[in-house]
Amino acid sequence: MSDGKQKWQEAQLKAPTRNAKFITASGEAVEILGTPDMLKDFDYDRDLSYPGQFPYTRGIHPNMYRGRLWTMRQFAGFGTPQDTNQRFKYLLKNGQTGLSVAFDLPTLMGRDADDPLSEGEVGVCGVSISSLKDMEVLFDGIPIERVSTSMTINSPAMILLAFYVAIAEKQGVSLDKVRGTIQNDILKEYIAQKEYIYPPAPSMRIIVDMIEYCTEHLPQWNTISISGYHIREAGSTAAQELAFTLADGFAYIEAAMERGLDIDSFAPRLSFFFNSHNDFFEEIAKFRAARRIYAKRMRDKYGAKNERSWLLRFHTQTAGCTLTAQQPENNIVRVAYQALAGVLGGTQSLHTNSMDETLALPSEKAVKIALRTQQILAYETGVAHTIDPLAGSYFIEDLTNKMERKAEEYFRKIEDLGGVIPAIEKGFFQREIARAAYQYQNEIERKDRYIVGVNAFQDENEKIEIPLLQISEQVEKQQVSKLKKLRQERDNEQVNHCLDALKKAAENDLNLMPKLIACAKAYATIGEMINTLKEVFGEYVEPAEF
Amino acid sequence: MDKKIRVLVAKAGLDGHDRGAKVVAATFRDAGFEVIYTGLRQTAEMIVKAAIQEDVDVIALSVLSGAHMTIFPKVLKLMKEQGMDDVLLTGGGIMGEQDMHKLQKMGVGRLFGPGSSLTEAVAYIKDWYTSRRKK
Repeated sequence: MSDGKQKWQEAQLKAPTRNAKFITASGEAVEILGTPDMLKDFDYDRDLSYPGQFPYTRGIHPNMYRGRLWTMRQFAGFGTPQDTNQRFKYLLKNGQTGLSVAFDLPTLMGRDADDPLSEGEVGVCGVSISSLKDMEVLFDGIPIERVSTSMTINSPAMILLAFYVAIAEKQGVSLDKVRGTIQNDILKEYIAQKEYIYPPAPSMRIIVDMIEYCTEHLPQWNTISISGYHIREAGSTAAQELAFTLADGFAYIEAAMERGLDIDSFAPRLSFFFNSHNDFFEEIAKFRAARRIYAKRMRDKYGAKNERSWLLRFHTQTAGCTLTAQQPENNIVRVAYQALAGVLGGTQSLHTNSMDETLALPSEKAVKIALRTQQILAYETGVAHTIDPLAGSYFIEDLTNKMERKAEEYFRKIEDLGGVIPAIEKGFFQREIARAAYQYQNEIERKDRYIVGVNAFQDENEKIEIPLLQISEQVEKQQVSKLKKLRQERDNEQVNHCLDALKKAAENDLNLMPKLIACAKAYATIGEMINTLKEVFGEYVEPAEF
Repeated sequence: MDKKIRVLVAKAGLDGHDRGAKVVAATFRDAGFEVIYTGLRQTAEMIVKAAIQEDVDVIALSVLSGAHMTIFPKVLKLMKEQGMDDVLLTGGGIMGEQDMHKLQKMGVGRLFGPGSSLTEAVAYIKDWYTSRRKK
């Protein structure tokens, strides 16, 4: 140890320390100071290199945000398709550059608005879509040739894609011009968000069907948005989010390769979706480590040759679970820091949460402030002028290395369990996440962790004075009656014929995508298509553990 | 020795957000309660049936999807039909104060929104249990 370091070490140990736990949001001890001896083996070209160069630690583009700013993409959807259509037009008018559709729970679970289990849920946490009819209203007056659309949907993803393809054809847009992303990440549903329908094996087959179809017909479509967001929201640590998400990604890649697809034909259309939580440096290290781990594995383990296959492109959303119902205006500040971490981490697109989201769906005003937060970041702070400015910081590089090591440890554990699907079936991820969530909550209860306005600096007798968006009960009634009308007016013989063809394709291992597009165009509903496939694939039930 | 308080932690409807339910279940267990967790996607009928079978003192229902105004009244109605007057229906999730007041007026117990203290939830159930036994 150098004299200076020894002297400092003694001095800092003697200095009075305030009563606090110096841990990250994930409960990891934080180094008090970054020092050169943390990076003894550091090799700039090997570990970082230049932006746009392997292993892309510093970013995937040579000039990053000087070329193009990140896409400002606010997730939106509520009520009827008309309601959401109006919100989309509002967001586009206010300078948003891409659309992102939030669906209601029945749609996410592949149930029609008139399904008994949909009662009370229609249009509540997203827009209600039961058939192509609803989708036509949703995109009415929006030229899809000029916007890219992201759809957050998983179990019924291929049905929503079939609807979108049908819309493109109706608008006369050729499929090679259709741009967008569909979440389509079923593995994290079993792990975290729990919106699964079929068992894992047929679900993986559906995803590979879709990759195969898109590779051929929709070359600009991002086929899976491999998501850590929900894993983190369910309570995981940053390292778990990183490791489980990448492990899911590799599982999709292996499944597609087993089908005989060339990795370089589909890997460039895979993208990722991460959470940006409260711990500023931990998050930045996570984003940087993600790019490096992915590039190395894609090139060295899977043998991808196309450089575009090595790039980990990602969307970021600020952490919904960090927002507080108490003093909700404070959330604007939390979101701004989280967004800054995403940008310093090199994100390709960003959703900033609205301050009122722990209380209800965001109001128009709250959404606008969230979007303005991104615009201030992009146009006022100057952070987009330079690339990866924290690189070379002893502290950040050490944290990035630690993140990578922790992810590698998890990869080994998952492998020992037989891979991602066996690990899901054994409840491994679910237990790890539940344990981390419990620990985090206990830290708050014990005040080892302060949450401003919640367990510190509370306002007594606080009255919340922000306008809340209310979903009218009329939404469900309207959607149900529209559906009834549709079932009467469409050619039901044609519908049954298409559903039969879908079932046969499922039984005979044929690609389901063309059959689903035919069903969509015949105005078969989501529920009808999902239930037809349930007859072949069955349903998944998770063991109830806590 | 005192009988353990038996609590059914339940998730209803299509909502899969189980972080809160699991944290609450683990907290109740560590507080000495006997905890039964229903798992996901239960109907009101299934929840009430499980509560009768398991002979619970408390049903703690978690709803984060916005469907609380449908699910809580349904469970409450079934509980009344079954004569479960001595069972507490409480719960938590994303719900505005107005909705909470409406539900409490119908007969639901205390409801816990985002940022609630687990210690308080445990104390609430213990207090309820003690006062019920005094009757």
